[in-house]
Amino acid sequence: MLIGKSVPRVDAYDKATGRTKYTDDLCSRKAYIAKIVHSTITHGFVKSIDTSEAEKVPGVVKILTCFDAPEVDFPTAGHPYSNDPSHQDIADRHLLNRHVRYYGDEVAVVVAEDEVSAVQAMRKVKVEYEELPFVLDAQKAMEEGAPVLHDRAPNNCIAHTDIRKGNVEEAIKEPGLICVDGWYETPKVQHCHIENFLCYAYMENGRIVVVASTQIPHIVRRIIGQALSMDWGKIRVIKPYIGGGFGDKQDALYEPLCAWLTTQVGGHCVKLECTREETFTNCRVRHGIRTHIKSYLRPDGTPVARKFECWSNQGAYGSHGHGIAAKGMGVITQLYPCDNVEADAYTVYTNTGVAGAMRGYGIPQAMFAQECHCEDICRKLGLDPLEYRRKFSMPVGFYEPFSKNEQYFDTYNQCLDRAIEVTDYKNKVEAYKNQTGDIRRGIGIALSWYNTATYPISPETSSCRMVMNQDGSVQVQVGETEIGQGADTAYTQMAAETLGFPLHMVNVVSNQDTDVCPFGTGAYASRQTYTAGMGIRTAAEAFKKKILERAFKFTKIQPYLMDIEDGKIVRVTDGRVLMTMQELSLLSLYDKDDSEHLHIETTTSIRSNAYSFGCCIAEVEVDLKMCKCKLVNITNVHDVGTLINPALARAQVHGGMSMGIGFALSEVLLYDEKTGRLLNDNLLDYKLSTFMDHPHLEAQFIENAEPTSAYGTKGLGEPPVNPVAPAIRNAILNATDVACNELPMRPHLLFKRFKEENLI
Amino acid sequence: MYDIKALYEAESVEDAIRLLTEHPEAQIIAGGSDVLVQIRGGRRAGKELVSIYMIDDMRGVSMLEDGTIRIGSLTSFYHIAEDPIVQKYIPVLGEAVSTVGSPQVRCIGTIGGNTCNGVTSADSSSTLHALDAIVEVTGPNGVRTLPIKEFYLGPGKVDLAHNEVQTAIMIPKAAYEGYYGNYIKYGMRNAMEIATTGCSVNVKLSDDKKTILDIRIGYGVAGPVPLRAVTAEAAGKGQPVSMDTVKLVSEKVLEDVKPRDSWRASKEFRLHLCKTMAERATIEAIKRAGGDI
Repeated sequence: MLIGKSVPRVDAYDKATGRTKYTDDLCSRKAYIAKIVHSTITHGFVKSIDTSEAEKVPGVVKILTCFDAPEVDFPTAGHPYSNDPSHQDIADRHLLNRHVRYYGDEVAVVVAEDEVSAVQAMRKVKVEYEELPFVLDAQKAMEEGAPVLHDRAPNNCIAHTDIRKGNVEEAIKEPGLICVDGWYETPKVQHCHIENFLCYAYMENGRIVVVASTQIPHIVRRIIGQALSMDWGKIRVIKPYIGGGFGDKQDALYEPLCAWLTTQVGGHCVKLECTREETFTNCRVRHGIRTHIKSYLRPDGTPVARKFECWSNQGAYGSHGHGIAAKGMGVITQLYPCDNVEADAYTVYTNTGVAGAMRGYGIPQAMFAQECHCEDICRKLGLDPLEYRRKFSMPVGFYEPFSKNEQYFDTYNQCLDRAIEVTDYKNKVEAYKNQTGDIRRGIGIALSWYNTATYPISPETSSCRMVMNQDGSVQVQVGETEIGQGADTAYTQMAAETLGFPLHMVNVVSNQDTDVCPFGTGAYASRQTYTAGMGIRTAAEAFKKKILERAFKFTKIQPYLMDIEDGKIVRVTDGRVLMTMQELSLLSLYDKDDSEHLHIETTTSIRSNAYSFGCCIAEVEVDLKMCKCKLVNITNVHDVGTLINPALARAQVHGGMSMGIGFALSEVLLYDEKTGRLLNDNLLDYKLSTFMDHPHLEAQFIENAEPTSAYGTKGLGEPPVNPVAPAIRNAILNATDVACNELPMRPHLLFKRFKEENLI
Repeated sequence: MYDIKALYEAESVEDAIRLLTEHPEAQIIAGGSDVLVQIRGGRRAGKELVSIYMIDDMRGVSMLEDGTIRIGSLTSFYHIAEDPIVQKYIPVLGEAVSTVGSPQVRCIGTIGGNTCNGVTSADSSSTLHALDAIVEVTGPNGVRTLPIKEFYLGPGKVDLAHNEVQTAIMIPKAAYEGYYGNYIKYGMRNAMEIATTGCSVNVKLSDDKKTILDIRIGYGVAGPVPLRAVTAEAAGKGQPVSMDTVKLVSEKVLEDVKPRDSWRASKEFRLHLCKTMAERATIEAIKRAGGDI
């Protein structure tokens, strides 16, 4: 069995020794450098641009402004294309903008022979603006008279989802119900992948080649085609190894602009690399979401009716838009099922950074609201938070008609059992009762779940090609990209498992090239092991059949009497090795009368998705006077079905927990109320948490094999982030009796809250 | 790629002074952890640089005959923290410089650069204030020395002429003998951080450990430049070792510090921190001095 083994990553040695080639390593040193001129106002119109001083800088090749760029609306979200126009992504973006909608919007671009010249010229471009009022808050942006960002949305609201189930108004008439009412707010944060976004583009025989640090090469090809009004096949996108994406690169960032630039300089190679400041300001961010929950409960905690409202801050352009708030609302309403539900989600344009996909896709925000609220219910009703969750969370047999998902196992109780055992939860709850003094400890729980993949909202398709080499080894290609998560290693294990090959005879081609690679929509929605798993299994089973049928020609043994073991053709009746794969490959390829190159390509249409489950227990030490929360222990338990590679799974969980810790305690993008400018656009002022801020990260698993999955596995990329922040919030509440209903719970907030509660 | 007009490599202090005199627009660069960031940000882009980084005579910690500890201005934070003289006589300085940035930054950043940059948040500076440090400056007319308090003229401004080089920082024996200190850096995370506020306390106790003979309190980011909490020091001097004294000192600090409101932290929050940190650092310094508290 190769599934379930912690084999080393296939790319480990090259990455650890610095040999792996990333986008910048591949770019010609002769490439021109592009530098974007960003707006210095938050909302308004460009009246004129004076490039005369900038043109004088030696080395400048060309300066292009918003008055030169085509005014073609295009979308940027990394969703699959939809054949239904009403489900297509919002097309509200231009390459360069006369209408400036956030501080830092793109108004012009300098192309120069080197970076210093480009930066010098970029600083000398003079832009004259007509300023308009701006709005930063999502709820305020929906008020009458608020500045309008796009004509398409007169009240700035992109979309509104309303879920109605049962009858809330009737249900709440039941006597004796207790209402728990809470507001919860999460901020905009950034992915902070190590490799800033970059790409380069050049022309070759009338086509445009774009090499980009992206998660979604095939989608980016389509978007470049749309933006440049070109046939999609005239564009070739290549995705090398990438230094992290976390959803930021599940969007067309500057690939369309860079592709356009090369067409403006005679097809010469142009490189566009974001600075860290641009990554914060101009790439994507997580939606800040404000959530209001009202629960009507019987004294034993039974939820009778629930009302949800949320406002999701989209920022200046559509990107992934309402997908985030809608997904969050779906998850939040199902975690604690209730017969009577009213839920309203609004996604709203504001003059802030553009929100897109980010690890968790609305679920970290939703779980923060829901799991804080759950704790508030327990406190108000005097119920035990652990028992409440055991009793009222999504039960075995729960069925969701839209996605046709089912809760097959008693997963929440299994996860909680493991978590309380590992953390010594019950003794700690006792130990932390009735504390006094400046330094207090607390422990908190949160649950979460996450929906793997995107069917039935979007199509799910996975193509896979397997090609045999002369020595009998195979190349495997899929469209689901390696973005640092270890997908190539998992694919190698899957393909080898089904083919009956040893790992060293399977080579997953890591880099996707839209000219060469079978079609696939990339890496997102924690779907790679699930969807590519199905694609790989389909291809591998068909390929194995083909291999055995071909082997019949040379072994004269019926295919059904043969199998592949350890990369060799064996007779199943007595286990005799009939031939090696190299022998078969050579005989087959070089047969003078009947040559055949063994290969296969399949497309698998996926018609299911899978719920991933988990919980987190966090233990904190709060220093009241210093207004600091130190995380002392943290444990995540996940049920993501069968683990393909336990060591890599643990690594995934560690990364997700780290992101959750930053989200909980330190990270926030601060937009200046007076100017609209992003104040902390660098890694010094943006407090990404460090190793020194993390305790040991404990990752545990419950392995209930997912019935709909080719290898029993389901999504793990995003789930580890989701329960962390509410678990830490509930631990602080346990330690201090102070509830923090907004993130991050950084010292500024703790100072404010501890003062309000007269603790300092 | 950095926008640098020219780079002149000085081989000695005299050579550096000559190069600076010849290039009146040039900027000194040592480790570069501040200057290169400023060039990238555009503030010092396109400038000539005089590098003093190769002048090994400016590196290292030594003890002079009279017991003065002399720290060459090019000594990196890492080397200061690892130095046996620092560890034995002024461990609080090692503690303070070990809070700078990351291991990489601590290997490249120098104490001279940290102080010449003139910023209030320099981790070494509040401790150097609390240690009554002396700054040694070498120029065309020779060497002059001045107390670190006088070296700071204002935010980003230090008493250093264009063709002068800060060559050493000195701690006189009287300033460290019998003193025990503690530095608390308040940051929003535990590494890669610039202080929201920093507080460095040095105390000297009586032989019976019952009385505070002297207390010196230095602050960073509690005013435009690093400062000493003189009112609080006066209030604590000669007082018995007790929680009452600690409370008195930490209350008095509020008369000395003048933090500002900024988006990084409010004035109210910083004042609360200044008081709390004085309390915590004083208690720790007293404990280290052998006091019972």
